[in-house]
Amino acid sequence: MEPLTNSSQITEERSIVKKIEPRKNPNKFFKFINSKKVVPYLFVAPFIISFLVLTLYPMIQGIIMSFQSVLPGQVQFIGLSNYERIFNPTFFEALTNTIWYVAFTVLILTIIPMLLAIFLNSKLVKWKTLFRASFFLPALTSTIVGGMIFRLMFGEQNTALANQIISFFGLDPVNWRFTPWAAIFLMVILASWRWIGVNILYFLAALQNVPEELYEAGDIDGASAWQKLRYITIPQLKPIIIFVSTITIINGFRMFEESFVFWEAGSPGNIGLSVVGYIYQEGIRQNDIGFGSAIGVVLMLIIFLVSIIYLIATGTFKRGENQ
Amino acid sequence: MTISKKKRLYTWLATIGVGIAAFITVFPLLSLVVSSFRPSSDLMRDGISLSIDFSKMSLDNYTYIFTQAADYWSWYGNSLIISVITIVLSLFFSSMVGYALAVYDFKGRNFFFLLVLLIMMVPFEILMLPLYQLMIDLQLIDSYFGAVLPMVVAPVAVFFFRQFAMGLPLQLMDAARIDGSSEYGIFFRIMLPLMAPSLAAMAILQGLGSWNNFLWPLLVLRSNDMLTLPIGLATLLTPYGNNYDVLIAGSVLTIVPIIILFIFFQKFFIAGLTTGGVKG
Repeated sequence: MEPLTNSSQITEERSIVKKIEPRKNPNKFFKFINSKKVVPYLFVAPFIISFLVLTLYPMIQGIIMSFQSVLPGQVQFIGLSNYERIFNPTFFEALTNTIWYVAFTVLILTIIPMLLAIFLNSKLVKWKTLFRASFFLPALTSTIVGGMIFRLMFGEQNTALANQIISFFGLDPVNWRFTPWAAIFLMVILASWRWIGVNILYFLAALQNVPEELYEAGDIDGASAWQKLRYITIPQLKPIIIFVSTITIINGFRMFEESFVFWEAGSPGNIGLSVVGYIYQEGIRQNDIGFGSAIGVVLMLIIFLVSIIYLIATGTFKRGENQ
Repeated sequence: MTISKKKRLYTWLATIGVGIAAFITVFPLLSLVVSSFRPSSDLMRDGISLSIDFSKMSLDNYTYIFTQAADYWSWYGNSLIISVITIVLSLFFSSMVGYALAVYDFKGRNFFFLLVLLIMMVPFEILMLPLYQLMIDLQLIDSYFGAVLPMVVAPVAVFFFRQFAMGLPLQLMDAARIDGSSEYGIFFRIMLPLMAPSLAAMAILQGLGSWNNFLWPLLVLRSNDMLTLPIGLATLLTPYGNNYDVLIAGSVLTIVPIIILFIFFQKFFIAGLTTGGVKG
């Protein structure tokens, strides 16, 4: 009896196999999409699609729109007149504000985090973890929350913190949000406060890669602490100094929120207007997308130009110097 | 004796110096928390001030926000939903792309990697207006999808995952292939779990970015009940408004999810920031 059931089982299995046969096509399909030639492209596909739809297309569109007057339902090529319109006082005010902002943030956000990182990396300072966390905390808040705190601290009232402090030193209270120099100061200090911790982390990581032997050699030669800083630490940190200052320059030209949080719709006499703020004002608020795009193109050219000049001036393109 | 005494003096000087700098940095946040217990009328009148009347402090602002400020909680919900969608989608797609760029040898691999680096350098502001126009054409204005779409494949994340995946043990792939695993099985069952630390780091960076994102949601989201937290709070920052109760207590509560995320993954976060940044 047993062999019989066995053989019947076998035929059953065979019949199953035969029944499966029509599925050969999906099998081929699976082999195709599982082949090592196809798999990488399927994995990279989301990037390709997003690049085409969300980067390349809008970029080309942006350049095209900068030559157009875009109104709902009627789009018209108007040549260079958007670009001609850019040469107006408001744009130059925005550009001047942005350049001041870039200059100050680059100085503050490179030098101070570097010095603090050097201290936080030395054996001199205690409770490093606590301090590191304190410096990093502001990076977790949004510019809006940070900006609101600063608005309340730098309020125009005599009772607000900043005015309390300066009147302690015998100075007159300042109407912070409505004074030209203070407008730049507010934006710079807000950005510096938010980014200091992140930049400290970059410098700390770089400091950990400085070879210990260099300092030992310095000790043998009788170098002072200052000499070690000047001739060992800072030259070793050069690549990261360039990295941090470059991203600060680029982010500086893209500044918007710092200005928006202090003045929303517009600052008196445009004292707090940034270039991106101008794009927002013209492109979204005034619905002049063509003109806004032209400002965007100009901004991109400025960013490219400034970063390339900066990178050449700091010798980043010279081969083998930094690595 | 003098040398060790001198060293001790320097230690204290350096510690106190850095400590003062650290205190100045945390001070605005501390004063925000303290102010959240002050009556909003005092805040209106004095701003954040050194002369605080501690006897007037109460939980009123928080009671108000929990019982009366329905808008605030819908913004909170929107921010959570948008952040979670952004984290999940950007981690999923970016890790896939970064992994493929690191692990497979295929035509165009270097070209795609170069493209990732180039996109990292294109300022979002030049894409902003055409993308905004595109969202109008696709009728995605005022939708979660529209708010999330440009963040789904983040070039920074692709770059970061690629760097991390370069260090994965490739022998595992061959072993898995011999065992009959598909390429997708290798990625999802073997390699992705190995990439967990980088996923955690990016989860926080993307979460932080999305939670605090301002400019793009400001363009795309319109109706009051679709706003995210930063934009909702910004609408309260009007010269004529008297919303300091919501604003201050609301700002404190805004930081809570980020602090939780940060404490939870702190180790990966710092590692993620530094490796991702320095090698860039």
